[in-house]
Amino acid sequence: MLPYTIKRLVSLTISLMAASLVIFFVIEVVPGDPASFMLGLNASPETVAALRDSLGLNAPAPVRYWQWITGLVQGEFGISYTYKVPVSELIADRFWVSMPLAIYALVLSTAIAFPVGVIAAAKRNSPTDVSIMGVTQLGVAVPNFWFAMLLVLLFAISLRWFSAGGFPGWEAGFLACMKALTLPAIALALPQASILARVMRSSLLDTLGEDFVRTARAKGLTRRQALWRHALRNALIPVLTIIGLQFSFLLAGAIIIENVFFLPGLGRLVFQSITQRDLIVVKSVIFLLVFAVILVTFIVDVTYAIVDPRLRRART
Amino acid sequence: MALLEIEKLNLSIKGTPILRDVGLGVDSGEVLGVVGESGSGKSMTAMAIMQLLPVGTEWSGAIRLGGKALETFGEKDMCALRGNDIGMVFQEPMTALNPVQTIGDQVAETILVHSGKSRREARRIAREALNRVGLPEDRFPLSRYPHDLSGGQRQRVVIAMAIALRPKLLIADEPTTALDVTTQAQILKLLKKLVDEDGMGLILITHDLAVVADMADHIAIMKDGEVVEAGDTLTLFRKMSHPYTKSLFEASSHVPSRSPVHVPGRGKPVIEVSGVVRDYPLPRRSLFAAPGHFRAVDHVSLAIRRGENVGLVGESGCGKSTLTRAILALDPVQSGEIRLNGGVFSTHGHGPDRDMRRRVQVVFQDPYSSFNPRHRVDRLITEPFFLLDEQPDPPERRRRINEALVNVGLQPSDSQKYIHEFSGGQRQRIAIARALIIEPSLIVLDEAVSALDVSIRAQILDLLADLSDRLAISYLFISHDLSVVRAITDRVLVMKSGKVVEEGLTEDVFRNPRHPYTQELLAATPVLDEALKAREARAAANGSGASS
Repeated sequence: MLPYTIKRLVSLTISLMAASLVIFFVIEVVPGDPASFMLGLNASPETVAALRDSLGLNAPAPVRYWQWITGLVQGEFGISYTYKVPVSELIADRFWVSMPLAIYALVLSTAIAFPVGVIAAAKRNSPTDVSIMGVTQLGVAVPNFWFAMLLVLLFAISLRWFSAGGFPGWEAGFLACMKALTLPAIALALPQASILARVMRSSLLDTLGEDFVRTARAKGLTRRQALWRHALRNALIPVLTIIGLQFSFLLAGAIIIENVFFLPGLGRLVFQSITQRDLIVVKSVIFLLVFAVILVTFIVDVTYAIVDPRLRRART
Repeated sequence: MALLEIEKLNLSIKGTPILRDVGLGVDSGEVLGVVGESGSGKSMTAMAIMQLLPVGTEWSGAIRLGGKALETFGEKDMCALRGNDIGMVFQEPMTALNPVQTIGDQVAETILVHSGKSRREARRIAREALNRVGLPEDRFPLSRYPHDLSGGQRQRVVIAMAIALRPKLLIADEPTTALDVTTQAQILKLLKKLVDEDGMGLILITHDLAVVADMADHIAIMKDGEVVEAGDTLTLFRKMSHPYTKSLFEASSHVPSRSPVHVPGRGKPVIEVSGVVRDYPLPRRSLFAAPGHFRAVDHVSLAIRRGENVGLVGESGCGKSTLTRAILALDPVQSGEIRLNGGVFSTHGHGPDRDMRRRVQVVFQDPYSSFNPRHRVDRLITEPFFLLDEQPDPPERRRRINEALVNVGLQPSDSQKYIHEFSGGQRQRIAIARALIIEPSLIVLDEAVSALDVSIRAQILDLLADLSDRLAISYLFISHDLSVVRAITDRVLVMKSGKVVEEGLTEDVFRNPRHPYTQELLAATPVLDEALKAREARAAANGSGASS
């Protein structure tokens, strides 16, 4: 187990280094000069040049890359071109909205998908299974922002149980924040839960057809015991893969939902920074998201090995 | 009262009749051999006893275990019965165990499900069961996972699960079909020992007459869902009153007639393999150590002459498949040289050109998965034509398709059909036609008849013998089945751990094996005649005539 984990850690570090290089050079070739953007259309070339100099944009690329990376390691992300505040502060505020939202949505989606997928597989081709498949098909097809608007109409406008949007800030207390995140989390979670439930069902059905499930039945286990004790754990690998992918999506891809609910999240920050050519913010947020995705992949990889002992032996 | 009695068992799945009026019986301490070809209903009979039937199955008749009628049992009662009173062992040990649970947990589960015993006690009984099946604690602690074990060892674990609670009846469905001969001999011996020690009844389902002749007290022969003949082993083999029994018997010891003029050592070799080495890299031990190598083929040399059939035998992992891949130039060799018709075919770092490559063709084991299901037969068998520099014109193409199909005993009209329209034996004929159509010098037959039922296998062996006589094609015949190799080859090579340990004329090697490994292989191979003779001798010694 330990050699496997170390191997995954090495792979994680290499991925991060490669990602940082790609991000840096992609941002380099993006058109648009932050200095001229900040000074507006009428700025003289001399002023722009002076600003470029003071922003450190004239240094050679490797030097700037090195400064960026060493900064990142120390938690120094630089100063935003437009907001004139440290990027780390900007990101920290948004991160504490996006991260809880992503986790909330993921927990919801998994909590719904697991039982639903298992029930559908256990009662294959029954009316229960057919209706679950129908509902999840709909869940996959409906866009989450439209679903979000329905939620707002019902729970915020008609029933007045939740507010229609906004985020009170963590100073307002844990419960108030979770309440504000509930509708967005549901809107994000339901399409994901539909996908996950379908994956769970088909993976479980495949596993239920395996020889070792027949062996378990021949030992005298009931259908239900065979499913819980033998099929489920073997069916988890593809499900974990999807959960890992979904978390990355939930963290970075929540921008539309953030807009629907006026949430100050990372998605909105990136979007605004791109339109304002605040490249230093874009660069840092993207790196942070890549870091989160790679970290989640690492966690999923380690979970694979916990679930399946065959993977514990480190392979090349 | 018999332990298990089946009377007039009729079974259908979604309206399709599978079993008709099946009647069987087995007593405690007795072995019943159920023999039949694929689709004869022998496995379905076993599943009916276990009541583990597919959805949509309907059955009628009587199945009584110890006098209790199973048709009155509900699913809950059956769960209490399975694993406790009836144990079952399956064909494929590689997939029969849960890969994510330790063998200890899996064996202990049988005990935990059926008795109120504590976990500790269950593990103690599991340990005992594993010891009984020959998996001692020092090498096979309860904490091992199935992927650490070989096929034979896994089958022992499955047997341990089945016998942990000392059931009255054990059903073994082709328990050794997927195993090597020496492992097969060990597993069969183990089953026999358990039957003797516990007084269990054993139903041994197999397609192999030699295995039942050795093991079973009684035999039931099944065909198309019916028992066509049943009786005690000696009487049944002596009389063989049903024509199907007779044809099975003949097919399983079938030797195709071949023209006798095969004098080895003359004529120029078609293929010469000299000093071939094939290494596989092993995973690195640590990040900085150089990766190690596993030598799968270790300086192997062989030569095959025109029209000569050479057999290559050995157990799984001996390197015969790796050698085959090297000869087919699918994998590069690390050292040594392969020459074809006198020219260099492949050496280290150098593979054959297209013209060379088409001179060597192959027929694989599984006739079901080796064809693209969306192509018609004419396209399937002309696939090797892409190795030709000039494509034959349509009439020539037509002529060659017809010729190849007729050569393998099919009709020219079959060329417009899809592969699913053919049976397993016919598919294997098409595979041979695909190899023949490009007029190769050598055909590699990689377990080409292993997946076929005995009667079909006999036909394919006849066809191969006929083609080799008429067209003077050479075969490299790779098989783990020694009786087949003996029937069809002129010379044989025995491989072990990547090396050829014995080589010679087939009859010489089989009559006087010199290498201890060859002797071991031959001793482990069940032979029908010998099993029957041994049984007769035993019966005579007991002075009880036909009964055993």
